[in-house]
Amino acid sequence: MSILVNRDTRVICQGITGKAGEFHTRGCKEYGTKMVGGVTPGKLGEKVDGVPVFDTVEEAVQQTGANATMIFVPPPFAADAIKEAIDAGIAVIAAITEGVPVLDMVEVYKRARASNSVLIGPNCPGLITPGECKIGIMPGYIHKPGKVGIMSRSGTLTYEAVWQTTRAGLGQSTCVGLGGDPIVGTSFIDLLKMYQADDQTEAILMIGEIGGNAEEEAAAFVKAHVTKPVAAFIAGRTAPPGKRMGHAGAIITGGKGTAAEKTAALEAAGIVVAPSPADMGAAVIEAIRRKK
Amino acid sequence: MKIHEYQAKDLFRKAGVPVLESHVARSAQEAADAFTKLGSPIAVVKAQIHAGGRGKGTIIGNANQRGVQLVKSADEAATVAKNLLGNRLVTIQTGPEGNQVNQVLVEQGCDIARELYLGIVLDRGAAMPVLMVSSEGGVEIEKVAAETPEKIFREHFHPQLGLDGYQVRKLCKKLNITGPAARAADMFMRSLCKFNTTYDCSLVEINPLVITKDNKMIALDGKVTFDDNAMFRHEDLKALRDLNEEEPAEVRAGNAGLSYVKLEGQIGCLVNGAGLAMSTMDIIKYHGGAPANFLDVGGGASKDQVIEAFRIILSDNNVKAVLVNIFGGIARCTTIATALIEASKEVGITVPLVVRLEGTEVEEGKKMLAQSGLAMITADDLTDAAKKVVAAVK
Repeated sequence: MSILVNRDTRVICQGITGKAGEFHTRGCKEYGTKMVGGVTPGKLGEKVDGVPVFDTVEEAVQQTGANATMIFVPPPFAADAIKEAIDAGIAVIAAITEGVPVLDMVEVYKRARASNSVLIGPNCPGLITPGECKIGIMPGYIHKPGKVGIMSRSGTLTYEAVWQTTRAGLGQSTCVGLGGDPIVGTSFIDLLKMYQADDQTEAILMIGEIGGNAEEEAAAFVKAHVTKPVAAFIAGRTAPPGKRMGHAGAIITGGKGTAAEKTAALEAAGIVVAPSPADMGAAVIEAIRRKK
Repeated sequence: MKIHEYQAKDLFRKAGVPVLESHVARSAQEAADAFTKLGSPIAVVKAQIHAGGRGKGTIIGNANQRGVQLVKSADEAATVAKNLLGNRLVTIQTGPEGNQVNQVLVEQGCDIARELYLGIVLDRGAAMPVLMVSSEGGVEIEKVAAETPEKIFREHFHPQLGLDGYQVRKLCKKLNITGPAARAADMFMRSLCKFNTTYDCSLVEINPLVITKDNKMIALDGKVTFDDNAMFRHEDLKALRDLNEEEPAEVRAGNAGLSYVKLEGQIGCLVNGAGLAMSTMDIIKYHGGAPANFLDVGGGASKDQVIEAFRIILSDNNVKAVLVNIFGGIARCTTIATALIEASKEVGITVPLVVRLEGTEVEEGKKMLAQSGLAMITADDLTDAAKKVVAAVK
């Protein structure tokens, strides 16, 4: 098995007629994802790379049986698009859009949590179950079906981790990019629960970054509830306080959210923390070795 | 985006958040005029820079000049303004080089009964904005949070629904605010929470927030930061941006769609993706070097962006070598390779260049670089790249 998505997942793309939506719909299709439709208001009847376009998500779900969506809708309309997907009962929503105003996300987050939908993102690369289903913008070929569940707040750093675990022969069960914004739909803890319950996942790699306290909370959860080996890396060891490093979430404020604090919390929970970003694959191997 | 105190107070006035009468001055004469216009026996002259701690901050080369000073005459206002304007103010938040004071705010005085702290920030854990108040006004709130967290009281609110009346009553009870002052607090806090939503603020901080002897609640200071992601719906706020307060290279990078932060080291970094860019800085440090910058060319970096990125990195005279670390996803290695070759022609890269490419179209990209005859050091992986670039500056 895997988590969230697999070979039977039926995916639509919201914002399919935009440049990014079209490009990545094609990319996902080529990877083998069942791309069953797209949504752009006013474009019913058009086709993008052979994929039918609908006006509303509701209509797309009725016509195609879609149960997942990837969203490329521009920031001013992204919150609305996510709410539409929740309303239509889509099980897995990956919001790729970067630059959504954070206050728009307050209500979106509430609705997502109160529903049966799982929201990934926004400002994320998406999620992938290697060899089965890719929803998002990650390069497919670096992945390999296998046993590590990878979750991350960062995009390209995830690719780095994926590549290291592929080259180490471990492969991945499902990789999820949580997104770099202050409010995102899914937390490390949500995914830890899923990975812990998943047969295919034998080890978990968590890639965090400075700012907030999501990593500290995840560490406490691991200590109490996770029996599988867990490795981690925290990006931003050298970032100065008060300076935002690209991600809206990546900022050390009032001396809180430093890499050192996070590393200490993770290690105290028995998690193997990679000292360098080149050692993420090795940290997973070490975490597995320690549990044996 | 950050704004000045005087700009924040203009916006507060419009939103019905009480502030004192004040006037901006850009010369000693204007400061004297402002004092006369206020017509009150005392006034406060406040340096306007994008940093806190101004009251305790001092002017470089004139240490008895603080960033906030009490004056009792138009002449005195002019003298203080003269001492501040055009000079650099150093506070705990500015760094040793300080920020240049280009304007001062001359504000009327008031009879203060109590000083409080008020802040509105996003509570990421709760995924909601939170209003925080404390009886410890006028001091560093970080210190209060660390040493006596029980003195900070919090109420979350939904941005579209605002703060409820009972929430203000709860806060007033804890702060021991009663009678007419409690009614003033209700108006003040609820207006400010609405303000936070109206302008898509990522931070509103008032320190000190005061209760006057005649039971008014007034924002004596105002620190406001807007959510950059929401600027598309606030065209009017763009005019409030003060480029003098920003690092020129960071402004230039922003215009090119790059995310750049200048640091103190010698190794320039060009990376795609924020997480990988931070990690690249980390691994340089891990192998004994120091990064000169954070630079994220973004997921879908174009040729022009990469060339501009090179210009920005090389405009920093501290840079003794450059590390390019690209994990191609949407960005293709061939695009990066083309840009590198063109940048070396256009910009002229005179320092050692270490390149590590991985991901989409990597083989083609490497081949292009090899055939270009461009002088560079290629690296196979992150560790190799970091070691080579650190060695290059030693």
